[in-house]
Amino acid sequence: MAQTTTREIFLGEGSGTGGGGQNLHVNIGPQHPAMHGIIRILAELDGETVVKTDVEIGYLHRAFEKECEIGGYNNAIPYTDRLNYVSPLINNFGYAAAVEKLLGIEVTERCKYIRVVMSEISRICDHLTCIGASAMELGAITVFLYMIKAREFLWELVEDVTGARLTISYGRVGGVRADLPDGFAEKARKAFKETREVLDEVDRLLTGNRIFMDRMIGVGVLSAEESIAYGITGPLLRAAGVAYDVRKAHPYWVYDRVEFEVPTRPAGDNYARYLVRMAEMAQSMRIAEQALADMPGGAINVDFEGRPIDPASYVDRGKQGKTEGLLLVPVTLSPNLEGQNQRALERVLTHDKRVALPPKETTYGSIEGLMNHFMLIMEGYGIRPPAGEVYLPVEGANGELGFYVVSDGSDRPYRVHCRPPCLPPLAALPRMLEGGMVADVVPTFGSVNMIGGELDR
Amino acid sequence: MDGERILARLRERFGPAVLEAGSPFGQSTAVVDRGVLREALDFCKVDPDLGFDMLVDLTAVDYLKFPGREDGPRFEVVYHLYSLPHNQRLRLKVRVEEEGAVVPSATPLWPIANWLEREVWDMFGIRFEGHPDLRRLLMYEEFEGHPLRKDYPIERRQPLIGPRN
Repeated sequence: MAQTTTREIFLGEGSGTGGGGQNLHVNIGPQHPAMHGIIRILAELDGETVVKTDVEIGYLHRAFEKECEIGGYNNAIPYTDRLNYVSPLINNFGYAAAVEKLLGIEVTERCKYIRVVMSEISRICDHLTCIGASAMELGAITVFLYMIKAREFLWELVEDVTGARLTISYGRVGGVRADLPDGFAEKARKAFKETREVLDEVDRLLTGNRIFMDRMIGVGVLSAEESIAYGITGPLLRAAGVAYDVRKAHPYWVYDRVEFEVPTRPAGDNYARYLVRMAEMAQSMRIAEQALADMPGGAINVDFEGRPIDPASYVDRGKQGKTEGLLLVPVTLSPNLEGQNQRALERVLTHDKRVALPPKETTYGSIEGLMNHFMLIMEGYGIRPPAGEVYLPVEGANGELGFYVVSDGSDRPYRVHCRPPCLPPLAALPRMLEGGMVADVVPTFGSVNMIGGELDR
Repeated sequence: MDGERILARLRERFGPAVLEAGSPFGQSTAVVDRGVLREALDFCKVDPDLGFDMLVDLTAVDYLKFPGREDGPRFEVVYHLYSLPHNQRLRLKVRVEEEGAVVPSATPLWPIANWLEREVWDMFGIRFEGHPDLRRLLMYEEFEGHPLRKDYPIERRQPLIGPRN
């Protein structure tokens, strides 16, 4: 019996009884430096050609949907941060919007604009990360550094507004946690200007780059028909030539009041996905700038009758019972969200007492505020939507992000299901990889922008 | 074609097999009998007036502890369909008893149903007849029970077992 050498087994060399003709099985992941997400691709290789793949997910499963069932409606907000952790604001707002639909409440105008601006900033962050990471995997580390630099400009905006960078928990059922800080519009415009410069540089570095084009064009192709059959949405579907965008198809918040285009490409390959994402970032900035310009409410005007008190001492006085005249005294908005200007909160949170927690100043300053607070916080009370079910899609960075919420009329969601936008592309990943080269696994995987948090929930 | 007409078209085609139809919260919803589910999905996909070419989402709900529905069929499998040409959405539901929780698979119609049905099997223990490869999707093979069932205690811990090579 012929001896089979290790080399024959692993490289598939030789013939006859040895490793010849035998396909090689390679595990790509779960831990792999070129995989920015924990996922296992079991690839069967014939030489360098990928013959068959099996994709295994679930490594980041955290029982998101089960956890949502045990707390009140707002308790799920921090969990939604961790779904798509590159653009957590969209998840916050998407979930909140689904519950609002169930409750039949409308958020305030200013809040709608804030949601649009913050969603678009998140979308840009997501696309920057995706393009930066996939370019780095092809050797363009400069692009990665540039993109992360641009993302930093935007994350600073996010930090200004929410007080955090990643786990922001800024959305609330009925509105958002706090108003925009002073001078935000100016800062945002400056950040967009800087981001545009970076995108310009990257465009010059990558778009016409021979190596990049050779690696991306015609790789990981998925036709429009197949994309639709696989339920793929977002940049991947638009890169296959289908102009489906939830923001256009079912406009929510103020997307019907801003002008923007839905960029598409016909090719359906990795290069088309790159171009679509680049074009989308420009559109997102366009949307955000229009929304910032049209935002009602303007700057926070505090009526300075009497000395402004910072929110912390306001609450302290209330606790000591020195409530006389408290409600009439304006307070300044604290950027670290310690306390809020009451008027600012009214602008960004719904006035519906079934949903919105009163400002701390009111809770400590008046009996009505205290009762309202208790009715929302006490066990068995809280936000209680009528029994029913709602599916609400928003356009996430990777495609249609839907929340399916079932209520039984109690203060806890009976069931929350998230439709993760990056699950369908992952299910279609074998179709994109099979028949290609093993070296193309990495750019194709990069182009689908898998986010473990939302994929595995 | 608006939501009302979609539901009317379904009723006209399947008659009493459409158990319930309505538009709560402005979202067209139809509950169909399990026997005609496969046909109904197929009809929704190929009928030119409906044209629901995309299976957006597939999930299930366990109604074991839902007030007023404790005695009814335990599970509901929920299909969210979207029509690109008509820009319409439809929620199609099918009720399943705990005993013999089997639903015909939609994989031949939409390949994405493959993974979504694996997830439902994983989380709820509902089987899909005709599914080519009904393995768990998110949990590991050695995991016992189906975690999104209402009688699966949230505190329960199970040993983590790595993947088999």
